[in-house]
Amino acid sequence: MAAPNVRLTWGDTGRALLTSLWFVFLTFPFLAVKINPAEQTVLWRWPNLIHVAVTTFLLSLAACLYRQYREARLDRKTEDDLPVGHNPLHLLWTRPGVRLPLLAGASAIALVFPLLFSTYQTNIMITALLYVMLGLGLNIVVGVAGLLDLGYVAFYAVGAYSYALLNLHFGIGFWTALPLGALLAALFGILLGFPVLRLRGDYLAIVTLGFGEIIRLILENWNDFSHGPSGIANIPRPGFFGLDLSLEGSITYLYYLMLGLVLFTVFVVNRLQNSRIGRAWFALREDEIACQAMGIDKTRTKLTAFALGATWAGMAGVIFAAKTTFINPASFTFLESAIILCIVVLGGMGSIIGVILAALLLILLPEYLRPLADYRMLAFGTVLVAMMVFRPRGLISPVRRTYTVRGRTISDEPA
Amino acid sequence: MEFGGIRALDAFDLQLRQGEIVALIGPNGAGKTTFFNCLTGLYRPTRGELLLTPPGGETRGLVGLKPNEITEQGLARTFQNIRLFPRMTVLENVMIGLHCRTRAGVLGAIFRGPATRKEEKETIAASLRLLSKTGLADLADEPARNLPYGAQRRLEIARALATDPLVLLLDEPAAGMNPQETLELDELICRLRDEGLSILLIEHDMKLVMSLSDHIFVMDYGRKIAEGSPVEVRRNPEVIKAYLGEEESDAPA
Ligand SMILES: Nc1ncnc2c1ncn2[C@@H]1O[C@H](COP(=O)(O)OP(=O)(O)OP(=O)(O)O)[C@@H](O)[C@H]1O
Ligand SMILES: [Mg+2]
Repeated sequence: MAAPNVRLTWGDTGRALLTSLWFVFLTFPFLAVKINPAEQTVLWRWPNLIHVAVTTFLLSLAACLYRQYREARLDRKTEDDLPVGHNPLHLLWTRPGVRLPLLAGASAIALVFPLLFSTYQTNIMITALLYVMLGLGLNIVVGVAGLLDLGYVAFYAVGAYSYALLNLHFGIGFWTALPLGALLAALFGILLGFPVLRLRGDYLAIVTLGFGEIIRLILENWNDFSHGPSGIANIPRPGFFGLDLSLEGSITYLYYLMLGLVLFTVFVVNRLQNSRIGRAWFALREDEIACQAMGIDKTRTKLTAFALGATWAGMAGVIFAAKTTFINPASFTFLESAIILCIVVLGGMGSIIGVILAALLLILLPEYLRPLADYRMLAFGTVLVAMMVFRPRGLISPVRRTYTVRGRTISDEPA
Repeated sequence: MEFGGIRALDAFDLQLRQGEIVALIGPNGAGKTTFFNCLTGLYRPTRGELLLTPPGGETRGLVGLKPNEITEQGLARTFQNIRLFPRMTVLENVMIGLHCRTRAGVLGAIFRGPATRKEEKETIAASLRLLSKTGLADLADEPARNLPYGAQRRLEIARALATDPLVLLLDEPAAGMNPQETLELDELICRLRDEGLSILLIEHDMKLVMSLSDHIFVMDYGRKIAEGSPVEVRRNPEVIKAYLGEEESDAPA
């Protein structure tokens, strides 16, 4: 392949310079000025600014070069026009000799994980799996049905508080609370669904955002009901046939339980996506008016999406309560919704394997970046931005299932 | 039907019998598409009635029903500015049309029992039949947005047919087609009529309209200015005036 024509003009250099100045300006308050309130002195740290300026200048030049390289290679096509196979990750995933060993390797690691790693690591993995579940649930609403829901955490909270309160007042155990929490969350999903049915896009996002905050504020202020900001403690961990497990044992148990639930979720979500309902969701995301004109009941289809998405959040909430044994409203802020939404978008809106990868990445990365100390969140942010620059459609692009080979139907089981 | 102060449709009436092709023509902005939107429930007319008598059934009023309910009652349409589901495959587009004639729910989807599997198989088979009928079978697995323009128009017809309609409403199906494609469309519409479908057609291609229609309604400024057989309409001075302005001129070509 001939080297694409890549050249830096003065204009590019100027733009890079502007970018670096802009960064210097933005970072000035916290990188250059250090105030010591005790001695009432101000310490000026000019070298920091020089570092920022030089680094951003070089980075933006590099980004510019990369962009040119890409454009030259792609002949200015957008990623939308490209065949799906262009995505290297996707290519890897669909190559026949790769997929099976990859899956086998991943399941082997997943199976022995708690035996190989410390309780601490296992605990982090449980959290990551919890987010896989949340991501797959929200994926139904946002990724498949295209309804931008910024208040997803509300259903998570409903699940968690269902278990906590039912246990507190009626002594209901984990295994009974799991379906109950899911059911209650689904009811709340429908409750939220009704008023927002007419809304689309930005408006829907705002209302769902408000709904999420309302639930949190209720939990925070209705002391008699939810114990307010101090939360509910001593929530029992899931029982194992009445056995008393050690802390370590119960974490290992929770890990396998979580693994099983994630597999269950993948199974269900996959079947839903490849069904009559799943097609209707996808069509609704594509063109609402055409959808209605083709006889799809918009109200019903949207409500099912909301309810099913909420169901998974509810289940995840019950598990979260059981895992931490203590919950309070601070665990259910907008930031949680944002992270779950990030997982869906980053994973590639509607791709199951993409969502799983993104959830693991987003939850595990900040943990393993801890050695970077103060720069942890900065590095995390950089990774996120870089991903969105290089893979704007997500890690794995969802592919529509095909049903035929040259006009003849193949078996109705998905490959 | 009124938009703010504009009366887009005014005392317009039209009848359509089984196995008939009726054309609705008129200059740009006459209100033809608005009329379709009223029929299919996308707009709710300020006043007026829409009655449908299925073969061997009772007459039902359709005004006030939701668009999807009207489709279920047997009115299916295509859109003037194509509205396919661009990122779904051609086959899936047609399968969506069958949505209102199938039943599988959430539990069916999860457990995928024998009934669901059978229904899904039948959906695929029926969709493929419709694709063969419209000459799209080879493109079944292609995303709809990759299709050439003429094929997209045909796919819209296939999708509408999948809803198993009594009446098919076509909004400028030949727009943007080349003569060869128009000819194929002509044949397709005739075939559908022979199968007993009633077709209401909006079209600017006069050759197509004149050759296909049993009856033509002409609309201008939301009012009916003429109706009759193709020959009558072609000779009608009102129609000539509406299409060509005041000057003396030949009939619309
Ligand atoms: N949603 C709307 N809001 C306001 N005015 C509208 C709306 N839809 C249509 N109109 C107006 O109603 C009139 C009829 O429009 P319509 O689209 O029905 O015309 P048409 O006969 O289909 O024309 P064409 O041949 O160009 O498709 C036009 O004056 C149009 O501007
Ligand atoms: Mg029109």
